[in-house]
Amino acid sequence: MYNFTFHRPTTVRQAAGLLAKNPDGKLLAGGHSLIPVMKQRLAQPSAIIDLSKVEGLAGVELKGRSVVVGAMTRHADVANSPVMQQALPGLAEVPGSIGDPQVRNWGTIGGSIANNDPNADYPAACLGLGATIITNKRKIAADDFFTGMFSTALEDGEIITKVSFPIAKKAAYVKFKHPASGFALVGVFVSKRGSDIRVAVTGAGANGVFRVKSFEEALKKRFAAKSLEGMTIPATGMNSDIHAGAEYRAHLVGVLARRAVAKATA
Amino acid sequence: MSATGIGAAVRRKEDLRFITGKGQYTDDVIRPGETRAVFVRSPHARAKIKSIDVNEAKKMPGVVAVLTGAELANDKIGNLICGWMIHSKDGSPMKMAPHPALAATSVNHVGDAVAVVIAETKAQGRDAAEKVKVDYEPLPAVVDPGKAQGKGAPQIHEVAPNNTIYQWHLGDQKAVEAAFAQAKHVTRLDLINNRLVPNAIEPRAALAEYDSGTDQLTLWNTSQNPHVARLVIAAFVGMAPEHKLRVIAPDVGGGFGSKIFIYPEEVVCLWASRKVGRPVKWTAERSESFLTDAHGRDHVTHAELALDGNGKILALRAKTIANLGAYMSTFSSSVPTYLYGTLLSGQYDIPQIYCEVDAVYTNTVPVDAYRGAGRPEATFVVERLVEVAAREIGIEPAELRKRNFIKSFPHQTPVIMAYDAGDYNASLKKAMELADVKGIGKRKRESARNGKLRGIGYSTYIEACGIAPSQAVGSLGCGVGLWESAEVRVNPTGSVEVLTGTHAHGQGHETTFAQLVSERLGIPFENVSIVHGDTDKVQFGMGTYGSRSGAVGMSAIVKALDKIEAKAKKVAAHMLEAAEGDIEFKDGKFSVAGTDKTAAWGDVALNAYIAHKFAGQELEPGLKETSFYDPTNFTFPAGCHICEVEVDIETGNTEIVGWTAVDDFGTVINPMIVEGQVHGGIAQGVGQALLEGAVYDKDGQLVTGSLMDYTMPRAHNLPSFNVGLTETKSPSNPLGIKGCGEAGAIAAPAAVINAITDAIGSEQISMPATASAVWSALQRTPAARKAAE
Repeated sequence: MYNFTFHRPTTVRQAAGLLAKNPDGKLLAGGHSLIPVMKQRLAQPSAIIDLSKVEGLAGVELKGRSVVVGAMTRHADVANSPVMQQALPGLAEVPGSIGDPQVRNWGTIGGSIANNDPNADYPAACLGLGATIITNKRKIAADDFFTGMFSTALEDGEIITKVSFPIAKKAAYVKFKHPASGFALVGVFVSKRGSDIRVAVTGAGANGVFRVKSFEEALKKRFAAKSLEGMTIPATGMNSDIHAGAEYRAHLVGVLARRAVAKATA
Repeated sequence: MSATGIGAAVRRKEDLRFITGKGQYTDDVIRPGETRAVFVRSPHARAKIKSIDVNEAKKMPGVVAVLTGAELANDKIGNLICGWMIHSKDGSPMKMAPHPALAATSVNHVGDAVAVVIAETKAQGRDAAEKVKVDYEPLPAVVDPGKAQGKGAPQIHEVAPNNTIYQWHLGDQKAVEAAFAQAKHVTRLDLINNRLVPNAIEPRAALAEYDSGTDQLTLWNTSQNPHVARLVIAAFVGMAPEHKLRVIAPDVGGGFGSKIFIYPEEVVCLWASRKVGRPVKWTAERSESFLTDAHGRDHVTHAELALDGNGKILALRAKTIANLGAYMSTFSSSVPTYLYGTLLSGQYDIPQIYCEVDAVYTNTVPVDAYRGAGRPEATFVVERLVEVAAREIGIEPAELRKRNFIKSFPHQTPVIMAYDAGDYNASLKKAMELADVKGIGKRKRESARNGKLRGIGYSTYIEACGIAPSQAVGSLGCGVGLWESAEVRVNPTGSVEVLTGTHAHGQGHETTFAQLVSERLGIPFENVSIVHGDTDKVQFGMGTYGSRSGAVGMSAIVKALDKIEAKAKKVAAHMLEAAEGDIEFKDGKFSVAGTDKTAAWGDVALNAYIAHKFAGQELEPGLKETSFYDPTNFTFPAGCHICEVEVDIETGNTEIVGWTAVDDFGTVINPMIVEGQVHGGIAQGVGQALLEGAVYDKDGQLVTGSLMDYTMPRAHNLPSFNVGLTETKSPSNPLGIKGCGEAGAIAAPAAVINAITDAIGSEQISMPATASAVWSALQRTPAARKAAE
């Protein structure tokens, strides 16, 4: 690890100020992706701005017909939140499937979606529920937020403060874990909120999380696993590596989507 | 059986310090003024070193020295060696290429060390290492063992044309050809034994300290055999005379073979500590471990089995290419030869066997012994062949095995080994009962109803352990003898210290060896301590590998205890004023036959030292004896493992739903520790079969260079094991022990693959059988597709 200055602001405003003063500084919001690359000397931010002491950034609360999760809420706290388990049990399962207990007790939702790892779980949940990402500057729809592998709509100096998830009547996440890393080799989040039906896929796409419109159309006729019988997506644009080829990943998208719908309708 | 004697499931003594964080590993040892070594490693798989500029690095803060391969060569530090000579079939010796601890002119694998920075702190060392400018001329590399001998392949070492180290063979080729000509059925398989990265939980480490006052070097290192390390570093590397080098291997956190070998880093730390006059410490980071710990396996094999019309095996032949990596590691040559070809008879009466092995250099990390070492590779060949043959002929796999089992002992195989004892039917029968093989049809139907394919696979393995008789291994090319030593020191108060030449790095010797002494001397288990791992404390010993510490190491303790008892009887005779021949020793008490005169163990020990009851001319004071025990044969643990799997048709994911292991380890000292060894071995074998595999890209970069890409087995990958034992005692050592450390890793891969291939109805699956690999196999398999529908 190279030397860096360490800052621990207590307000979002302070954090934004520090970010403005340190253009190549990085926000620390868990750090399970950032710290390893720093230790490997693959990243050398001049400043680390730790968000863990910023007040009001953590918590899960019901607001009207949405569940709002503070950006610094730990994975374990989302998974174990009675509010979340009651309102959106399908979402509560997402952080419960991330990493191991150490990761879940430290990693945060804001850190995960700001990083937008193409194999991360939360981006699928955000896109699959049509969440709204709230920053210190504006509100961004999930459909506009995830712009590609490790890339988001966040601008310089912009800090995620909350994520608002509309409550869907039916929602479920099914994940096929990467055998070594435990990330999603493929993960599919499905939801039905009135006529809004979403199928979001993480892990599979070479460009990060994406929606499968053909599946969504099929599910609009009837929200049942059977509606997706025999359906698959083309292998073009899928990730391919030593663990799974593009064809296999494309195949898994179909399998896991069916299983997710079955789970959501069980 | 006493509560702490032989056969008792005594809790491990060493666990108190391990689970309370009191273990003392090499990295925990801190010497005054110690510095840290950071290595500069090649990013290229193969390159010429045109120049190295260390000027800027030397000026960095905290830097004590920056040393290169050229300086190492100037100081006449010798190369690392391979200590087992193998001759090719044409009689020529193996082609051992120079392996300097720091490369001076060329690098041959990613991770090859070219320079070292010695700095006050590790961070300063890393900063400076980045400033070492190495001008490389990258050269084409070869990583695939199947291509290493091909026309136009890059030539890695001048001494080895076509990258061929040796072309070894074993057995009677003509007789095998004749047997195949007579065969009614021939089974043919192409097998890859996947390359594995050991990943001991404690990374390798070395701490070297030079004392200019005494001209003495001390090395703390993560070694399975500190005396062998001292011998090689003194006699071959020429670092210091043997008596001026002390090697201490303190607590070591797992080895699995990877810590047998003598590595560049320990040589460099020793050399550097003398050059800078301060202690030098290096502890590998996990990514360094991936790039420098000797890997395991990596065989490409074509194998054939000839059978007659009744399913009787007539002959077996195998042609293997073994990848030994960029340099020949310490015992690498023996693994694909005498630890592999000699086990190709399995548990079967096979009249003729012929095995050819070409060992090749590639631009990859050196490959050497890894848990099982050669025997997992042999078992995979034999057990896959037998299983597939049974399926092809249409005989139940268990029945085909029974028809061919060796039933009388001793049994001389056509490939050197003389099996001394075993009952292969007994372990198969017991395993089949425990695994409820009878109910498999019903379970398969149940799985099918849930969209799953269920399969069952056997592995009736054999291994040669207790390595091994010195004359035998010497005749096969081994540079050392493989006996073991023990010294038993009885203190004046009667407590006992045993100095053993073996080394424990997870095996629990402090417990099991104490159980032996407790039983034999009738003294409390707590009154025995086991000392190992320090060449200044312990007499020369050969270390721990090849499941030898029980069979060979404990036998040495038995021999020393025999001498202790004989001497103690003499002391007791003087105390009790009786003839030596009338003294009996039982349950820690000496008595005179036919009388009620007794002397307690502690009194005899004290009398041996105060020496008031006998004159020095008739009996020497003291009670301390040494023994060097050389076994009469290898031992042959064997058994039957049955794996049951369910394959998810849609995803190809394999779940192991049942595991039965019935092993014959001969005498068992501590059944709990033995069961733990079986569990760990199976986990590693399952890792090889389902999850693990080192992958290089064509340029020689290790793609699976971290635990994010290299899949180690985890608890959720494993079922609850159903473990049983059968017992035939080994006649080759006084305790009848066979050894248990490697059995699981040897048996498991074939059992898993036999189960998966049974489930999916295709033999076309290689290791690791990942979900995507199984799914791909299912797409190619009409029968499986049909079952799926």
